[in-house]
Amino acid sequence: MEMVPIRDGFILAGALFALGLIGVLVRRNVIFILMSIEVMLNAAGLAFVVAGARWDQPDGQVVFLFILAMAAAEVSVGLALVLELYHQYRSLDTDAISRMRG
Amino acid sequence: MTIVFYVAGAVAIVSTALMITRLHAVHALLYLIVSLLAVSVVFYTLGAPFVAALEVIIYAGAIMVLFVFVVMLLNLGEQAARAERALMKPSMWIGPLILAAILMAELVYLLAASSGGNSGRAPIGPREVGASLFGPYLIGVELASMLLLGGLVGAYRLGYRKIPRPEVG
Repeated sequence: MEMVPIRDGFILAGALFALGLIGVLVRRNVIFILMSIEVMLNAAGLAFVVAGARWDQPDGQVVFLFILAMAAAEVSVGLALVLELYHQYRSLDTDAISRMRG
Repeated sequence: MTIVFYVAGAVAIVSTALMITRLHAVHALLYLIVSLLAVSVVFYTLGAPFVAALEVIIYAGAIMVLFVFVVMLLNLGEQAARAERALMKPSMWIGPLILAAILMAELVYLLAASSGGNSGRAPIGPREVGASLFGPYLIGVELASMLLLGGLVGAYRLGYRKIPRPEVG
């Protein structure tokens, strides 16, 4: 029952963040982009919790709670925008909305 | 405890990689939920049981339900019926099922192991987190509540449709 090394926790958080970034850059569907953003936020929170566990402080978990609240607000507004987008363009492709008129 | 961490981390990376390569949104959602559950197990092995529970309840519960609702709203008609038939094929859910079964085995192992002795690191429970949250970080809680209110108002405004009211009399 030895402790998890902090380096491996950060490697896991970095790998998850990189996968989310790849998803944002590669996919063209708005739903997939939002899901990849969720993965990236989750990875950032994981890094905070790893650091908090390393120094035995609750601050990392507190910051994770803030990230959780921010992700909830972001998803609610983002999904409402997705519904509006589909209502107007009948498509979820980001290339379809590349030209916006202000 | 460390072997549980590594297996859960591997499950998280594999399911996230499968998530960003799926073509159907529902397949990707299943893998994303498995990924979040795996990260929750990672939190538990790091000695953060409160955050692990919140990850399951809020992320894998509430936020993913929002995604499922939107995906359901956007797929209506004959296309949805075909997707429903495709849902029943085993090739769709066998991958998430295997990954979730690995997490379930880890959960059983952790429950069996924790009854015997103490884990390596003393966990930081909800008491310490709550004392810190409503002590030095109180202004952050207020800001988060204002952010959530802004999200609520924004989502309501964006989803608002003017429904014509039937004439009375």
